[in-house]
Amino acid sequence: MTPATPEPRSELATLLFGRLSLDSIPYHEPIILVTFAVAALAGISVLTWITRARAWGWLWRDWFCSIDHKKIGVMYMILGFVMLLRGFADAIMMRAQQAMAFGDAAGYLPPHHYDQIFTAHGVIMIFFVAMPFVTGLMNYVVPLQIGARDVAFPFLNNFSFWMTTAGAALVMASLFIGEFATTGWLAFPPLSGADYSPGVGVDYYIWALQIAGVGTLLSGINLLVTIVKMRAPGMGLMQMPVFTWTALCTNVLIVAAFPVLTAVLLLLGLDRTIGTNFFTNDFGGNPMMYVNMIWIWGHPEVYILILPLFGVFSEVVSTFSGKRLFGYTSMVYATVVITILSYLVWLHHFFTMGSGASVNSFFGITTMIISIPTGAKLFNWLFTMYRGRIRFELPMLWMMGFMFTFVVGGMTGVLLAVPPADFVLHNSLFLIAHFHNVIIGGVVFGVFAAISYWFPKVFGYKLDVFWGKVSFWCWQIGFLFAFMPLYILGLMGVTRRVSHFEDMSLQPFFVVAAFGAVLIGCGILATLVQFYVSYQRREQLRDFTGDPWDGRTLEWATSSPPPDYNFAFTPRVHDIDAWWDMKRGGYVRPTSGFIAIHMPKGTAAGVILAGISAVVGFALIWHIWWLAVTGFVSLVGFAIFHTFNLKRDFHIPADEVTRVEDARTRALAAIGA
Amino acid sequence: MSAHHSTMVAEGADRWLVREELHAQPGTMLGFWLYLMSDCLIFACLFAMYGVVGGNYAAGPSPKDLFELPLVAVNTAMLLFSSITYGFAMIEMQRRRVNATIGWLAVTGLFGLAFLGIELYEFHHLIHEGAGPQRSAFLSAFFTLVGTHGLHVSFGIVWLVTLIVQLKRWGLTDGTRRRLACLSMFWHFLDLIWIGVFTYVYLMGVLR
Repeated sequence: MTPATPEPRSELATLLFGRLSLDSIPYHEPIILVTFAVAALAGISVLTWITRARAWGWLWRDWFCSIDHKKIGVMYMILGFVMLLRGFADAIMMRAQQAMAFGDAAGYLPPHHYDQIFTAHGVIMIFFVAMPFVTGLMNYVVPLQIGARDVAFPFLNNFSFWMTTAGAALVMASLFIGEFATTGWLAFPPLSGADYSPGVGVDYYIWALQIAGVGTLLSGINLLVTIVKMRAPGMGLMQMPVFTWTALCTNVLIVAAFPVLTAVLLLLGLDRTIGTNFFTNDFGGNPMMYVNMIWIWGHPEVYILILPLFGVFSEVVSTFSGKRLFGYTSMVYATVVITILSYLVWLHHFFTMGSGASVNSFFGITTMIISIPTGAKLFNWLFTMYRGRIRFELPMLWMMGFMFTFVVGGMTGVLLAVPPADFVLHNSLFLIAHFHNVIIGGVVFGVFAAISYWFPKVFGYKLDVFWGKVSFWCWQIGFLFAFMPLYILGLMGVTRRVSHFEDMSLQPFFVVAAFGAVLIGCGILATLVQFYVSYQRREQLRDFTGDPWDGRTLEWATSSPPPDYNFAFTPRVHDIDAWWDMKRGGYVRPTSGFIAIHMPKGTAAGVILAGISAVVGFALIWHIWWLAVTGFVSLVGFAIFHTFNLKRDFHIPADEVTRVEDARTRALAAIGA
Repeated sequence: MSAHHSTMVAEGADRWLVREELHAQPGTMLGFWLYLMSDCLIFACLFAMYGVVGGNYAAGPSPKDLFELPLVAVNTAMLLFSSITYGFAMIEMQRRRVNATIGWLAVTGLFGLAFLGIELYEFHHLIHEGAGPQRSAFLSAFFTLVGTHGLHVSFGIVWLVTLIVQLKRWGLTDGTRRRLACLSMFWHFLDLIWIGVFTYVYLMGVLR
């Protein structure tokens, strides 16, 4: 894009609008126009629906300004789903293009557009789908599992969510105002430098990730402090549920890795905006420094994504096998070892840099070593199932799909860890197949397992099983169709990010892959149908006990959905499976003697601060300096103003607690529990 | 079935529940410490960047041509003094003397401003000589590392002024004492980073 401007812009226009002009809106590109029309229609209908339901006040007070970790967790999950639809739309467009564009057929996407799509797909799926899902799960489940009333810094939690959303909003805005980066999801220089990417695409990338990164970092600190400081009495570190353990390790990784991303994107931003020479080809710049630094963040990042899902699978497998998790201690140590090793492997992403045989061997070996703790985990899960009373509920289905798929992905990963093999397979479709194999098989299947596992806790009714199974099989089979051909193509030497092929013999593989993507699309659709059908059938699917799966950890000790304060009385913990212990040990739910509960209070400050941040980001992207400065000053000003607000908490009166708990007592009595 | 740990309770429901209000342990200090460590990693990256490209002068000026150690020594003294005076403010806080605390905070702020003034003068001087951040990778890394530190000091001063206002309004409450302790960590942390900058960038730069 950015065609040579027909007439020079007046200085006033540049001063007022920076690089932004009417030409920045891609109205001459029909595909984008149609997308815009669809998005606008969908947006308008949602807004109308909210207005007609008179739900704005409720939405604003009870959700947007809420500092309840449970509501923030749900909002993270919704953000993840919305962005999953966008990221998948990108995926299906790529698969369609590659299935068509052979020989004389150019396909339907011009290269410039295609390049934006594969970049946006990667960025969205990692930062705005997987991360919100993972953060949302941790937000919802961790405080409940450790018997806490909320996270350590409830306001920061709300702020973190809105910063992530602001970043997502900027990426979405790039679709209709200007362009997105055409560089691939990690924006390597010198391609992403000002010389080769003069447009606003990379700037959108940088500022969207910087703003979302603030949210991620703060939420990492928040959850770390929560886990370290707010566990129920009696819960030592080695009594924590495995999901909480993996959350702890993930948040250690977040706090230790995201600053590196912040720093490296700052440097790239400086190169592009004020003309420094960190990653340029001339004046002493060193582009490989960028590649090193971004992978020092990037490799821990993949473990940030997968570790919590390992935790989910551990919870699921022990619950549905009706057994204590096999090898709890080894599971914890495996998680910690993976956490540490994830910092020692980053160079395997670019063996071809040419750092020499000894350096490459070191990183190849550390990479292969990671498969040992991971393998230990798999055996632990298998041994948990061994002689268990296994119930094949939906979460268990996803768990089995994961074990099958993830092992294949892990093994192709070990193949890629061999430097000489990597020289052949680097940047090929084999690599693409490998990481989709672990991310879909691990992260996505894990998220679906988690959703079907904890959905009844969140909403008080189970998810519809039939549509859940449809979704599972579409995903599982669709995954095989979509990515097995890419393994073969990769072995034949086909590289990634290509928008047109000459060799007609490759076409059948791409057609099969496209078919697989369609099947995955059906899986996503089936999930949406599942949500709808489950909502319609909620009375049949209702669970009054709060413990529909005969669970083992503390989140099942309270009602579904849990009250605002989570637990009327903080539990005391004597065992790893605390709730199982309580159930077996003669715990009787108290029905009187409730006391007032101290709780944090909602605030609009998070929404406002994140909103201003998005405006500042937009101004920086388009070089609208007056707006950037004004926005930044008001951001700092508002933050200071917020520190003067001391009315941040309140007590839920004992009467109110009694009323809520009495209602639950009656509900339990009605089902004879 | 489970071992009875130290939390063993006499009887009934109390084995399983805490019946009285439970006060969560304060987590602000730990949280702020974690934030500082993450900030430290940002500086670590900037140091690493300087370490890798700091010798790439692109036929331009080198540290020897540019740095004036006496000026940097004065600058360093300003920041180190500001850390000492912040320490005095904390001692006064422990003695619960609001006005003395505010007084030392103000002195700290003035030292901070002096530090920033000298740094800005140095930057202006370098850019004027044609040794701006665009000149070479060495200078890009220099300006970014030192400038990021300077930005942190500026934020620290804004925060300090805010706290002085809050101390005047509310006195030494639990809240303001906690905030003073956080800023204290932040301020000393910046001192520590500066010692790294002073040694690694300036002293070793001139020796190189």
